[in-house]
Amino acid sequence: MTAVAILGGKPAVASEARIVSAGRRRGMGIFLVLASVLMLLTFGLGVSAGAETTFRLTSPFSTAWYLAPLHFPVRETSVVMAVVCAALGLLLIVRRRTRGTFVIFSLGVVLFLWSFLAWAARNNLLDLAGMIGATLISAIPIIFGSMSGVMCERSGVINVAIEGQFLMGAFIAEIIASASGDLWLGLACGALAGGLLGGLLAFLSLRYSADQIIVGIVINAFALGLTNYLTDTLLVPYQNTLNSGPTFSPIAIPLLDKIPIIGPDVFDQNIFVYLAIVLLVVLTTGLFRTRWGLRLRAVGEHPEAAETVGIHVLTVRYRNVIWGGVIAGIGGAAFTIGSTGEFSSDMTAGLGFVALAAMIFGRWRPYGGLLAALLFGFANSLQATLSVLNVPINPNILVMAPYLITIAVVSGLVGRVRPPANDGKPYRPQ
Amino acid sequence: MSDTGFTVPAAAPPASTSPVKANAPRGWSRFFHWMVEANVVMVTALAIFSGLFVGAVLIIATQANVLHAWSLLFSHPGTTVSVTFFTVGDAYRDLFTGSLGDPFVIGHAIATGHGWGQALTPLSETLLYASPLCVAGLAVGLGFRTGMFNIGGQGQLIAGAMAASYVGFEIDPPAIIHVPLCILAGFAGGAVAGFIPGFLKARTGAHEVIVTIMLNYVFLNLLVLALTTQPFQQPHQANAVGRTIFGSAELPHIFGQNLRVNVGVFIAIACALGVSWLLRRGTLGFGFRVVGANQDAAKVAGINVRRATILVLVISGGLAGLAGMISLCGSDYFLSAGYGGTVGFDCITVALLGRNRPIGIVLGSLLFAALNVGGRYMQASTGIPLDLASVIQAIIVFFVATPGLVNEVYRLRGMNVGQGLLTRGWAA
Repeated sequence: MTAVAILGGKPAVASEARIVSAGRRRGMGIFLVLASVLMLLTFGLGVSAGAETTFRLTSPFSTAWYLAPLHFPVRETSVVMAVVCAALGLLLIVRRRTRGTFVIFSLGVVLFLWSFLAWAARNNLLDLAGMIGATLISAIPIIFGSMSGVMCERSGVINVAIEGQFLMGAFIAEIIASASGDLWLGLACGALAGGLLGGLLAFLSLRYSADQIIVGIVINAFALGLTNYLTDTLLVPYQNTLNSGPTFSPIAIPLLDKIPIIGPDVFDQNIFVYLAIVLLVVLTTGLFRTRWGLRLRAVGEHPEAAETVGIHVLTVRYRNVIWGGVIAGIGGAAFTIGSTGEFSSDMTAGLGFVALAAMIFGRWRPYGGLLAALLFGFANSLQATLSVLNVPINPNILVMAPYLITIAVVSGLVGRVRPPANDGKPYRPQ
Repeated sequence: MSDTGFTVPAAAPPASTSPVKANAPRGWSRFFHWMVEANVVMVTALAIFSGLFVGAVLIIATQANVLHAWSLLFSHPGTTVSVTFFTVGDAYRDLFTGSLGDPFVIGHAIATGHGWGQALTPLSETLLYASPLCVAGLAVGLGFRTGMFNIGGQGQLIAGAMAASYVGFEIDPPAIIHVPLCILAGFAGGAVAGFIPGFLKARTGAHEVIVTIMLNYVFLNLLVLALTTQPFQQPHQANAVGRTIFGSAELPHIFGQNLRVNVGVFIAIACALGVSWLLRRGTLGFGFRVVGANQDAAKVAGINVRRATILVLVISGGLAGLAGMISLCGSDYFLSAGYGGTVGFDCITVALLGRNRPIGIVLGSLLFAALNVGGRYMQASTGIPLDLASVIQAIIVFFVATPGLVNEVYRLRGMNVGQGLLTRGWAA
């Protein structure tokens, strides 16, 4: 990156195409073909001829304009979809071009999932609209977490402490909101708590050049230990005053919440969903279309060059790591005042790390992180749906699904990633 | 403190230390200079002190009686000071006597020759807790030395414990065969769990941090699955409780039935020696270190980087599995949901505390075991939650990981702390 590019007012839009190696493309094709065999034999021919399924598109009591439920035979649908899926897989195997690989692959996966859900809900009813809602709800903290990661890592500091910032944000937000009865104060304090841990990460890793991953892990251990300790000493004895607070109630956006299927799921939600959407838009534009974003990325890619043109590298990093902590703190608050209004020890259950994986899968881009978070959220809601539908799969295996899917995605679809060039490397001003 | 790293004779300092000054101090003067220098021992000691200090602040800030005493600060300052002092003092006294032993009880045992069992129980419990922690810490330390961050200790520990318990309850040969079989099974179980991230990293470039963390949750759920189905579930049990292993698979106690300390201690020491040998002498370990330091150089030198990546995680996972086997066959004897507790994560901090050197990890695991065992005693006698120990541990590692901070807070001189290779960021 040249000095001119850093100084210039018109930053180039990052539009690097994802490079997919021939081997990986072929692997995806083979995966689709195998999936189609499973679809054909199990979901299609394995189902008795008359079995039908219903996908409900409008939940009862929903304010959206009514859409009639989809009603279709399982066997025929699955067979057709299996054929299409196999064709897509073969296409991936034979064709030479890289462009569009992911679109084709995603299409095949969607077909597979559709047929799988139809099979799981045969002679039964599947609430598709509810499933989309559940996907978004469980994706929300992960979206915040991966945005936090993007903020930090684009400026060159690895933030493994998202989990700890989640926990601290959840804890502080709950305790403050519960004690004061003021949700907004709780949210602000939760954000502040995350920001403080971000500040600690920045302080130790920027001022003393400590290993950033190590500091992050220790911050997680610290936050876990501290919240556990304080839960035992404060929340358990004062459960009624400190740990049973109000929660944000949904706000319906007029008209938009009438959109069929996604309307109530996206536009009749609590403040966290809207915050996530705003943040996503702001961060995407900010990172790739503004001077602020260009400087931020310059610091993460080539701090020496950034310093040469007069950007104060460490200040930029401090600021971003602290803001990243604030974002993760808000994501943490979503666990308590955004959902149940109660804190329990280790309630984040590793989702901070999932957010980290989402950020990497999203290739350090906000919308990439969003997609990955939605994928994980979908795996979660799929698991919940399947356990309701009495699918003959052990519930303990279903619980593993989100984690297994993350592993599969990270190793199968992402592979070697290219992080910001100076991500995780300490910088000493010249 | 003075005999751990300091040598009194004024021999020429090793080449690695700071350059020798013309008027280098000698004798006791040199000792005092050493005391104010930022070397490994001083930094660690001050880190431990800082951890205990923060722990004391936390006790003061959260215990109702102390807070009440502080509200009397202006009317009865004496009460404030004495209540604070006694509460914190009691907590730390319990932490000490609960982990190392009560000096009075030990004195009584020495004087009368009776009650040795009671006197040595805390020490025995500390050693019992330390052995798996040490082996798991070695697993993480080995990874750090080669630039590989294995956070999957928890999952690998569970895999090892599951394999060991299967061998433990399924067959019943004499102990001389059964115990080694369990050791092998534990190592193999963990090694399989370590092979997955190693293979994925080597073949597809999936980052081991992500894969190992996800595998932790997979194995936690796999354990619940196994414990609610045959053959792992205890017969006639509705809960997720594992079958008890045969007596022949139990690790023999060293000092009779009353003290629970067992041969797991020797396994831990053997592992420490083995890892030390591997990293210092073995061709394999040399390859590991080269791959850790510079993958391109390793490739040019003809080292198979993929093979090394997989092998490091296999050995590391195997050690973590062995840790699971030691706690299963040494003290628990049956599996339960969430087996291993915090050991899978504590071992990371132990490895950091020990600076990834086997001897350091042995000492670090002893310290952490003492904090945990003593913390349990403290919880029982004073009501202060055990989690205080984990806060103290985190603070200690904060300071150990950033020697520069200790240097500034305590105004030490110079920097003589090598950190070695730790993690290598996200780039493969």
